[in-house]
Amino acid sequence: MVSYIIRRLLWGFVIVTLVSLIVFFAIRLLPGDPLLIFMAQSQEMGTMSLEQIEALRAEYGLDKPIMVQYVNWVKDLMRGDLGLSIHYRENVGKLMLERLPVTLHLSLVSLAISLPLGILAGLAAALRRGTWIDNVVVVGSYIGIAIPVFWLGYMLILIFGLRLGWLPIAGYTSPFENFWLSTRQLIMPVFCNSIAGIAGMARQMRSSVLEVANQDYVRTAWSKGLTEKAVVLRHILKNSMIPIVTILGMSIGGIFGGSVIIENIFAIPGMGRLLVNSIFAQDYVVIQASTLIMACIIIASNLLVDISYGWFDPRIRYD
Amino acid sequence: MPETVVNTETVAEVQPRRSEWKRFRRVFFQRKVAIFALIIICIMIFTAVFAPWLAPYDPNEQNLSNSMAPPSREHLLGTDRLGIDTFSRLIWGARTALIVGFATAFISAAIGTALGMIAGYFGGVISTVIMRFMDALMGFPMIVLALLLAGVLGSGMQNIIIALTVASVPGYVRLMYGMTLSVKENDYILAQRSIGSSSARTIWKHIFPNALQPMIVMLTSALGGIIMAESGLSFLGVGITAPDVAWGSMVADGFKYLQTYPILSFAPGVCIMLVVFSFNILGDSLRDALDPRLRGTL
Repeated sequence: MVSYIIRRLLWGFVIVTLVSLIVFFAIRLLPGDPLLIFMAQSQEMGTMSLEQIEALRAEYGLDKPIMVQYVNWVKDLMRGDLGLSIHYRENVGKLMLERLPVTLHLSLVSLAISLPLGILAGLAAALRRGTWIDNVVVVGSYIGIAIPVFWLGYMLILIFGLRLGWLPIAGYTSPFENFWLSTRQLIMPVFCNSIAGIAGMARQMRSSVLEVANQDYVRTAWSKGLTEKAVVLRHILKNSMIPIVTILGMSIGGIFGGSVIIENIFAIPGMGRLLVNSIFAQDYVVIQASTLIMACIIIASNLLVDISYGWFDPRIRYD
Repeated sequence: MPETVVNTETVAEVQPRRSEWKRFRRVFFQRKVAIFALIIICIMIFTAVFAPWLAPYDPNEQNLSNSMAPPSREHLLGTDRLGIDTFSRLIWGARTALIVGFATAFISAAIGTALGMIAGYFGGVISTVIMRFMDALMGFPMIVLALLLAGVLGSGMQNIIIALTVASVPGYVRLMYGMTLSVKENDYILAQRSIGSSSARTIWKHIFPNALQPMIVMLTSALGGIIMAESGLSFLGVGITAPDVAWGSMVADGFKYLQTYPILSFAPGVCIMLVVFSFNILGDSLRDALDPRLRGTL
């Protein structure tokens, strides 16, 4: 077990290195010059001389050969220095510390809602197979996966924000600052972010429960005369959880992906919005840092998922 | 993780011998909604192919004197800010969505299947290099990877297809890698090698036929996701550019007029939903009908 974890960690390290290489070299193929874009957007545009531009270029190390730039970047990373943003003129580490909690807040609330709802819906559908509950869950999950999240966001803004005026249409407030406003602002983004998760979870759970419900030990449990509650909770639910753990691991990526679009709709200053803005501004430093952090979180969560299999199913052995 | 639902009662029930096509059709349409999905997809393909003849107006023809017109007999869904007929744009949008969807799905299936079979067949360093690279690509959420690549390559239909292809390839590689590893153990592969058949021939003649069915199922199921990702990119403004029309950017363009003129955002979103929904249903129905493990269990 320990050797398995160590080996996975080492491979994880190799993969993170590959990710950093992909990101680093892909970004440097971006057409255009981030400094020129920055200056075009800033006030000093006309006043900067060619020498000043070159000085700025040297300050960011963009005048060095690309391999040297990569080595310098990795060296800085090792010291915990994510670099200086070209567009925001700010330390990227500080920028990340501001943005990451926002995305995590949105994601964790969405997950806390979609996980139990998805599991319950899938369980109910499987246990009442062929009834109207099953049909509603199955058709609903297909629709939930097919709704474009940005369209859903606009429709919610139109109905609850503009027409009914119940909810603020955009923005983000820290819950420590103003909990009530923060919650009201989060309702629509969380709803959008949860729909696909609930649908995917319910679908997976349904097929997983159907499989388990046909196992011999479940039949034995029924024939012993156990109550439905006991059979479902003790025998079916626990054994159907493994696919859910898998899909939970995968949904970490989905949630980051969803946050890219949702944060842009609702003007939430999180990682997703930062990434899109940085791509438009061609802010190398920020794109590198934010994609690398996302990839690290995803790779780490996949590792956790693989390790947790053994906890849910002791038959699984690592070698 | 088998997704199969093994229903012990129905497994015992031996099906009377019927032609393979009839069995396929029966399982395929077991979900009644598959008929609806098939009709939607046929309509969409028809619309995409015949867009120039079906669209009443040019999708880029501006008429500023008739901007923001309400739905009427001339303009079924009205016109947008530039006086362009919304209905015509929807029709051309179907063409964009399907071209991007099918092109990405087929190219990524071909590349991914080839890479997966090569990695699985040769093993060793080759498989380590290919599989770790795929792991690295899978470390990004699909839309983030596509966004990054679209940023690098620039927007436009061709670049979006490349970006989405790179983002879709790892799935096929994983699937085909596992499949090749298990097929490789069969005696007929050993027999092939013992008579001196080349690697390329063994892969093509003996491993690829096993790969075809799961590849087709994965390809069909992936179409919906690809179209969704394309609309997402177009919505964010890094996707399809004029003169091509994308539903995703139509939704985004309508935002300013959400209060007064919601149909501009509403209509293209419904189109995306219908297409993605239908492809997902077809993918699942095809899986049920083709996967031998599911035979007689549904």
